[in-house]
Amino acid sequence: MRINGTPHSMTIDNRTTLLDVLRERLGLTGSKKGCDHGQCGACTVLLDGERVNSCLMFAVTAEDREIVSIEGVADLADGEALHPVQRAFLDHDGLQCGYCTPGQICSAIGALGEAGRGWPSHVTEDIAAGVADASALDAREVRERMSGNLCRCGAYNGIVEAVLEAAGAQGPQDTATAATSAAGGAR
Amino acid sequence: MKEFTYARAGDAAEAAALIADRPDAVYLGGGTNLVDLMKLGVTGPGLLVDVSRLPYDRIEHRDDGSVLIGATVRNGDLAGDPGIRARFPLLAQALLAGASGQLRTVATVGGNLLQRTRCGYFQDVTKPCNKREPGTGCPAIQGAHRDLAVLGTSGHCVASHPSDMAVALVALDAVAHVRSVDGGSRTVPVAELYLLPGDTPHKETVLDHGDLITAVELPPPPHGARMRYRKVRDRWSYAFALVSVATSVSVADDGSLRDVRIALGGVAPRPWRARVAEERLRGGRPDEEALREAARAELADARPLPDNAFKVDLAIDLIVAGVRDLVARKDRA
Repeated sequence: MRINGTPHSMTIDNRTTLLDVLRERLGLTGSKKGCDHGQCGACTVLLDGERVNSCLMFAVTAEDREIVSIEGVADLADGEALHPVQRAFLDHDGLQCGYCTPGQICSAIGALGEAGRGWPSHVTEDIAAGVADASALDAREVRERMSGNLCRCGAYNGIVEAVLEAAGAQGPQDTATAATSAAGGAR
Repeated sequence: MKEFTYARAGDAAEAAALIADRPDAVYLGGGTNLVDLMKLGVTGPGLLVDVSRLPYDRIEHRDDGSVLIGATVRNGDLAGDPGIRARFPLLAQALLAGASGQLRTVATVGGNLLQRTRCGYFQDVTKPCNKREPGTGCPAIQGAHRDLAVLGTSGHCVASHPSDMAVALVALDAVAHVRSVDGGSRTVPVAELYLLPGDTPHKETVLDHGDLITAVELPPPPHGARMRYRKVRDRWSYAFALVSVATSVSVADDGSLRDVRIALGGVAPRPWRARVAEERLRGGRPDEEALREAARAELADARPLPDNAFKVDLAIDLIVAGVRDLVARKDRA
């Protein structure tokens, strides 16, 4: 399989997950093993451009596929040192300890791609119409679309703002919505 | 994890040949449930036959209004399909209410139908479980059963079926296309795919060893149908249903229900088609009293346990609200 643009050929035990190949065989320790059961999202990587939990995938099933982990996302942005989503996480303090961050960023890149295709989410008002594109997302949409990624530090407000900025959503109105949603979630 | 052999099938015939003589073999779709169960030691197949790359990845909208959904279509792609969203919004809503974005990218239609219960005792190999090890008992009945079933259970098992998608499919009268190891094919209504536990809770479906779901077919939606999937859960997102309801109604000019279809999730060992309630409501005027009476009749045979008795009232309320809200809705009539 190709990992972060480089072809890798290897012989592995069938039982090895994609996550363990990345971390233990290739030393790409950015992807994290949080729960190892697909519940926390810390292991999220991009498979042929779409977000997946690498802990729930036997690596043999990913043969011939294109994997991008956090170590490779900057290369998705032409000539930039950081991917725009990485930059936005820094600008909005979308992290505290950082353990969930690689998964959050890969997941956000995947989620923005889904929105770019017009895909609705569970909270989209008109399922048939979907969303115009990623820039049409609001805080409520981002929270729903990112619900497969947990953050024990509770950096969610910063994460939502970062994803909104990377999506190209217009600022002040969305920030206000984020605050409202946060208050609503605390009730 | 127990060792296993891995084989990727190029076509259905090859998959059948690989699995036919191996009682310890299972098909692998997206793996989002199976890989986890293997990690937990709940299941330990000797051979995994990967069918996730078989050419069943298309969604075919036919001229007669029916849809053929390939079994390897990913949950996310199905929910994103413009034709499904426009004509079967109930199905898109159910898919989007389930799992997370990452899981929907990988999970297949066939695998979603055949996922296993999330009963905590089933998933914990240190505990007895009649489904996992027949004859060992069901600790859930005396233990943690808040999330488990109230309808169709037995004294041997009270597990609930976890799928959201299957609830929508049952409400839409979907039919599974099944290929057997000898190459023959047959169709099974999704509503009849699952067995109730009785005294054999380890037997979950009508499928034989090596049977492969190749597609799910949706008949054309009822004329003028309004439909919705509604899910109640402990947190706003990324949680299994406590109770969910898939509802489709067609309202006649005189305000009576020309067609009504209701299926419940989270309350039974299979997606539960509420035929008792439908029968009482069809052709009548859906006023509050009629709705509540029909919903109560559907739940009349419920056998709740102390910690999940709330599901009976919740299911009744959801049936009532599901029909009432759709009847009141003016758009997309």
